[in-house]
Amino acid sequence: MDELAIVPDYGLGWLDASGPSSDIVLSTRVRLARNLQGIAFGPRSRVNDREAVLGRIRNVCDKSQHLLGASLWELSQMDSRSRRILLERRLVSRELVGGDKGTPLNGASVLLSARAPLSVMVNEEDHLRLQCLLSGLRLQEAWGLVDRLDEELGTELPWAYHPEFGFLTTCPTNAGTGLRASVLMHLPGLVLTKEIGQVLAGLNQVGLTFRGLYGEGSEVLGNFFQVSNQTTLGQSEEDLVDHLDQIVQQVIQYEKQARQVLLKEARAITEDKIWRAYGLLRYARSLPFEELINLLSGLRLGASLKLLSDLRVYTLNKIMIYSQTAHLEQAAGRDLPPLECDAHRASFVRQVLTREGVVDSEGGGSSGDL
Amino acid sequence: MTDKEKTQRACDLCGSSQAVVHLTQVVDNQMTTLHLCQRCAGEKGLHASGPTGNVPLADFLAKLGGEEAKSEGEPRADSSCPFCGLSSANFREMGRLGCPQCYSTFEVHLRGLLRRIHGSTQHVGKIYLPPDPSTTEKEKRLKALRQKLHRAVSLEDFERAAELRDQIRTLEPTP
Repeated sequence: MDELAIVPDYGLGWLDASGPSSDIVLSTRVRLARNLQGIAFGPRSRVNDREAVLGRIRNVCDKSQHLLGASLWELSQMDSRSRRILLERRLVSRELVGGDKGTPLNGASVLLSARAPLSVMVNEEDHLRLQCLLSGLRLQEAWGLVDRLDEELGTELPWAYHPEFGFLTTCPTNAGTGLRASVLMHLPGLVLTKEIGQVLAGLNQVGLTFRGLYGEGSEVLGNFFQVSNQTTLGQSEEDLVDHLDQIVQQVIQYEKQARQVLLKEARAITEDKIWRAYGLLRYARSLPFEELINLLSGLRLGASLKLLSDLRVYTLNKIMIYSQTAHLEQAAGRDLPPLECDAHRASFVRQVLTREGVVDSEGGGSSGDL
Repeated sequence: MTDKEKTQRACDLCGSSQAVVHLTQVVDNQMTTLHLCQRCAGEKGLHASGPTGNVPLADFLAKLGGEEAKSEGEPRADSSCPFCGLSSANFREMGRLGCPQCYSTFEVHLRGLLRRIHGSTQHVGKIYLPPDPSTTEKEKRLKALRQKLHRAVSLEDFERAAELRDQIRTLEPTP
């Protein structure tokens, strides 16, 4: 997808692991659902409704500081692989690319800002979904950016708004603020010490919810959990964001404590697990994606505990995104059948780890720190 | 209530079977506890054990919808949105509204549903100002902006504070 080169960071700025606590919190996302007055919502929209929505946002782009020069991608005009690349980069939702069938509706589009880590999904379930994706735990900053974009667009576009119910959304679970703030966390310490169940139950009790790596309906893979607010009405946006921030900080502390317990009580087993994961990734000749994600979890833990001290979180983030099927197919320049894809994945991971991995020999590199 | 009292209590709905599910809800700072038998709890989509929050929304709505329609008399089974044509049956089945107008069409029904989902029906977040705002709308918006300004200052985000100050100035009545 060479065209994406015109987006300054290819929509992948968060990979650089520059944000606070980025060894535990991969990324922060804040999104606002917004709909226009007088136009049917996504599920009941007709082609002309979706074209009207797209036309309105296209016109506003020139007047918006945040969206000036933004690139607009109409999904039905793109090939299937390019659409899957956007999905794998988490810039669009599964629903926007047309669900399992993979056939997007006419007008389904995404706008990628050229100036800020902001994007807008157009004609998803809601007319517009304004979103910001940042590295590490930066909820306040992400909210601030989305808030400003919303202010700016709201002066030009007539939002569907009700004095009692707030911003009106297709699904009543998003009504009110339309805000979903979520944080992608890596929690192997809590999983290995078997305390994760209690933590997740606790999240439910304080009005938060969790999902897997790819959002709604996806399973938990590689000890990655997306934690987000469950309710959107009855609290201000700032209160929702502050509350999530506060709880996520607490979960980070629990995770750090659990990691210390592992090092204290089961150091040899933990080290063995991490090095075995490294060994497999460094030398395997075939890697299904699920296996890769689970092994990467070990490496991420090792890097964070300085057991694999040369390994950067950036390298691990990069492997996670670029070893997904559509990205591998893009690099190969053709579609890859599953077995071949697993072989390409293994080869890609070996190359990256040879270049950016740890020094293997005993006594060299990080093994001297043990 | 002690555990012993709980085990002996009859179901609040049917009154005959023993209550095994004790549902405590806090709505508008009022705490209410409902004691239900297995069957009545099942009919309300509640289970004595198992995960919460994983019930698909459509099921949840289907169960609530019927009950809501009976208890509050709206929406009628055949009512539908004059703008997009969504019927209340469609809504219960899909769990999605069809257009902004649906919020007025199904207002009574939605109020109950939103309260169950969010614990509230009153939006207290950003106040959106339509192109030709009334004085009350402006005042509400000013109040919300002042709260944001206060927060920006306390977070030492002075760039944001300056932006908010400018927004407040444009809304404030000129002397």
